[in-house]
Amino acid sequence: MTTLPQTTNRKLGLVIDLDVCVGCHACAVACKEWNTGAYGAPLSDMDAYGAEPSGTWLNRVHSYEVKPEDKPAQIVHFPRSCLHCEDAPCVTVCPTGASYKRSEDGIVLVNEDRCMGCGLCAWACPYGAREMDMDAGVMKKCTLCVDRIYNDHIPQEDRVPSCVRTCPANARHFGDFADPDSAVSRMVAERGGYDLMPEQGTRPVNKYLQPRPKVDAMPAGEGCGKHDAHAPATPGGLLGWLDRALAALD
Amino acid sequence: MHPALSVIVFTTLSGIGFGLMSLLGIGLGGDGLAFRWTAVVLAYGFAVIGLLSSVAHLKSPGRAIYAFSQWRSSWLSREGVLSILTLGVFGLWALAYLFMDRNIGALGILAAVLAVVTVYSTSMVYAQLRTVPHWATWLTPAVFLAFGAAGGLMLLATLLSVFGEEGARPVAQFALLALVIAWVVKAAWWQRAAKTTLVAAGSGIGEATGLGRIGRVRAFEPPHTSPNYLMREMAFEVGRKRARALRRVAIGAGVVLPLFLVILAVYLPIATAALLLLALVSHIAGMLAERWLFFAEARHAVASFYGIGQADGDVAFL
Repeated sequence: MTTLPQTTNRKLGLVIDLDVCVGCHACAVACKEWNTGAYGAPLSDMDAYGAEPSGTWLNRVHSYEVKPEDKPAQIVHFPRSCLHCEDAPCVTVCPTGASYKRSEDGIVLVNEDRCMGCGLCAWACPYGAREMDMDAGVMKKCTLCVDRIYNDHIPQEDRVPSCVRTCPANARHFGDFADPDSAVSRMVAERGGYDLMPEQGTRPVNKYLQPRPKVDAMPAGEGCGKHDAHAPATPGGLLGWLDRALAALD
Repeated sequence: MHPALSVIVFTTLSGIGFGLMSLLGIGLGGDGLAFRWTAVVLAYGFAVIGLLSSVAHLKSPGRAIYAFSQWRSSWLSREGVLSILTLGVFGLWALAYLFMDRNIGALGILAAVLAVVTVYSTSMVYAQLRTVPHWATWLTPAVFLAFGAAGGLMLLATLLSVFGEEGARPVAQFALLALVIAWVVKAAWWQRAAKTTLVAAGSGIGEATGLGRIGRVRAFEPPHTSPNYLMREMAFEVGRKRARALRRVAIGAGVVLPLFLVILAVYLPIATAALLLLALVSHIAGMLAERWLFFAEARHAVASFYGIGQADGDVAFL
């Protein structure tokens, strides 16, 4: 049924640390690689070598410019994938029963054998976490690498989602949010982990950590055009003599 | 949102078809055999063509049978179940109406109620989506139901008049009233939509990323170099380009011209059938434009991640 479980025994999900992410897109590539050979239909690419290549990805990395009121602008890299919401609207809208949320660990999955490709779940998701596979005609989404995390045939350290295993900056963390003592729960408590678009009422499991405030920030200004402001007002020594000599001629 | 032709045709035609069905069901049809056959075939035809057209929108239509299974939670599933139920009950009623010359009142009323609930469930497929602020209002079902009633009444009046049945005139007068009500509701819907931007709904780029608490957020670099499914489906901007012109078409063809023609038909003794038919065709053309805008102008929260639709680009009313 596409009704949601009242509670889930565990709440598996990710913490994404925007302070650490360097925007290398390795998580997105690793995700594409693993999920092309794993659960369900491969993630296809259309017109891969043509003028308008377009493919199915379960993880996308945006980059934003954020300009605080009194500080210089900064770039924040922002990976976006399924948040495995507790009130997942993508599940309840599904007419066929293909979409479901598991009661044992809270992972939101698509049973591709039942998906008719209507696309309504993608419309219901505010996060753009679901993408239609144009080759297989079924909806694809993050599985939290359900075929890795419980896989006895791979080493223990690999039993985490592919994106987490790959991230060279350690910006992605996998764990159980139902356990208040888990590493991810502690991280969220310490750093004030937040929900994306809380007004949508989806109660996401995945949390984001904001970039730490910059210390010794440069004065406000748009970009790099204000370097002059840091030059000493009156240089000493030879430069000072030259400066005064030139000023006399000015 | 991407204005898919299949869904535009589906919602427009099925609304009119189910509208006519409910009017026939409550006993407003004529007596002549030609009228009965044409009315039943058209009501069924509009609804079935609409439903088939919606199947064309599926990427894996072979699995559509599963769509009848999740009626407990899904409006789309309810819509499927109710459509089939309505077609079935109306079909039974129509058998008696066509072959036994009998109007089984209870069955007809049941078909009428089911038809109305079906149109309501169609509208709720859209109205339930908090991700699309334009749609997420009780005004959306009101618009769908009002247009279903207006379209059904215009079709019925035309048929009654074409086949020289009694009652064409009062039905046409009701059609006038329904048309005015429907467009008043639509005007209210448009007024609300003009104010309901992504930012106003609290789903702007700052809330989407959560970075708004640090400062002003601007999309710097997208994750991919050419448009993807999300952008084609939910951040579709091309359809908005001619929004203002299309809104004039929707109002002109959908309400102004039909009103004028139906008033002429009601108060002029000549060419009533032709005037009503022309009004109906014009109304359907206007409705297609209205439905195009319903999709094309609606913005989805995911557009905020791409920095699209942040400044208010919505066309003002008229």
